[in-house]
Amino acid sequence: MFRNQYDTDVTTWSPAGRLFQVEYAMEAVKQGSAAIGLRSKSHVVLACVNKTSSELSSHQKKIFKVDDHIGVAIAGLTADGRVLSRYMRNECINYFYTYESQLPVGRLVVQLADKAQVCTQRSWKRPYGVGLLVGGLDESGAHLYYNCPSGNYFEYQAFAIGSRSQAAKTYLERKFESFMDSSRENLIKDALFALRETLQGEKLTSSVCTIAVVGVGEAFHILDQETVQELINEFEIAGEEAPVAEPAAPDQAGVAGPAAPDQAGAAEPAADDDTLAAPGDQGAAPMDM
Amino acid sequence: MNSVDSKPATSSLIGSEADSQRTLYPYVTGTSVVGIKYKDGILLAADMGGSYGSTLRYKSVERLKPVGKHSLIGGSGEISDFQEIMRYLDDLILSDNMWDDGNSLGPKEVHNYLTRIMYNRRNKFNPLWNSLVLGGVKNGQKYLGTVNMIGVHYEDNHVATGFGNHLARPLLRDEWHENLTFEEGVILLEKCMRVLLYRDRSAVNKLQIAKITEEGVTISPPYALKTFWNFSAFENPTLGAEGSW
Repeated sequence: MFRNQYDTDVTTWSPAGRLFQVEYAMEAVKQGSAAIGLRSKSHVVLACVNKTSSELSSHQKKIFKVDDHIGVAIAGLTADGRVLSRYMRNECINYFYTYESQLPVGRLVVQLADKAQVCTQRSWKRPYGVGLLVGGLDESGAHLYYNCPSGNYFEYQAFAIGSRSQAAKTYLERKFESFMDSSRENLIKDALFALRETLQGEKLTSSVCTIAVVGVGEAFHILDQETVQELINEFEIAGEEAPVAEPAAPDQAGVAGPAAPDQAGAAEPAADDDTLAAPGDQGAAPMDM
Repeated sequence: MNSVDSKPATSSLIGSEADSQRTLYPYVTGTSVVGIKYKDGILLAADMGGSYGSTLRYKSVERLKPVGKHSLIGGSGEISDFQEIMRYLDDLILSDNMWDDGNSLGPKEVHNYLTRIMYNRRNKFNPLWNSLVLGGVKNGQKYLGTVNMIGVHYEDNHVATGFGNHLARPLLRDEWHENLTFEEGVILLEKCMRVLLYRDRSAVNKLQIAKITEEGVTISPPYALKTFWNFSAFENPTLGAEGSW
């Protein structure tokens, strides 16, 4: 039943110096449908893939507005994501009440990371099973952060999380150097292109994705479906015409910016293998992701 | 304070003054603070008197203080409460600096924080007995505001507390303009302080002027104003005033 004797609770170290429960939580992030984020000097774009658990149901919301200047895209346990979004909204509102100005993105991210860290050190808790891409704008410009269940956080120029995110990361790695001076429109375009990479040939339509933007003079908002469809048509990225990218090498390195969190390591085969897996296996997650 | 709060509401409303743990009246007070915007920033002026009732008890009370890198505060009213407020603000700035992330609270944030504190305390019927002026410059933006013991707050190009509202602000309304140089600003403030010195019994002739610009805070050493007491209007003050005095 257990993979080894050190993974039954979060607070027990393995002799190799690892916390398996925390690593499993990070696996949950990889099983959620993909979310990507990228930023220029003045804008942040968040995008995600909407997956329905059944033909009969609608999809779950994966992008949340936190405040006028901050939004998040999540991958993993949506329920955990909602709880953390509520926490972030609270922090922003309280800060605004006290100072009549907006909470700096970096501070919110640290508070969020500290909250996640507590769960890795208490026997009666479990880590959050969700990864958050936090995009926002403050005095020091546009920021994109990734918050991990382990309590780690990283700032990125562009990043992707969730299932088959490696394909999007590969795309972003190829293009990120131009993002800083990118226009808002080009940023959205790159977001859509990167998103398509995760679809593995499935048709990109406005119904399978959500796009959100925040930037200078533009409060965080989720683009409505018609706008997204118009953009897709305009960029002609809908088609299943052979993917632009070379077949994604499942290389483990992170994208632009700091090295990715040490990914699990040797014990289990890298879970990014799903980039290679048949498209049929996507329902594998035990819970709605 | 907490012990009082935990009693039923009736006892604290009906209870005698002796039961109260709250500030019912101030003890040592400072009088007016005057502040103006000028070309490069903000100027604040306050004298250094501390009155024990109507006794001019202390003569070297510093009532102009820097708050972090971008703000300057001037306090009038109960001196000990002002010192307590400074403790709150120093804590605030310390914890802000501890983030060490390049962000810092500007004058607007500090002013709003003070407003929250003042209003919160008045809602506990335990006010901090002060009127405060807060000025500062951040990112090229000048800021000047005030807040009082019941939480009333506003921003303006020139502000004053206490008697200054009656004696200094009319002068400022006439003479203030956006492009005052530092020297003109100081002259204008000294004019205000001189009028206050003549007509406000708790004012003393020892004052400081503080300046804040993008470059930082400078607080002048204490100095006195030249005065002339032989104006005919001073000679027999009751002459034209029937009734009261």
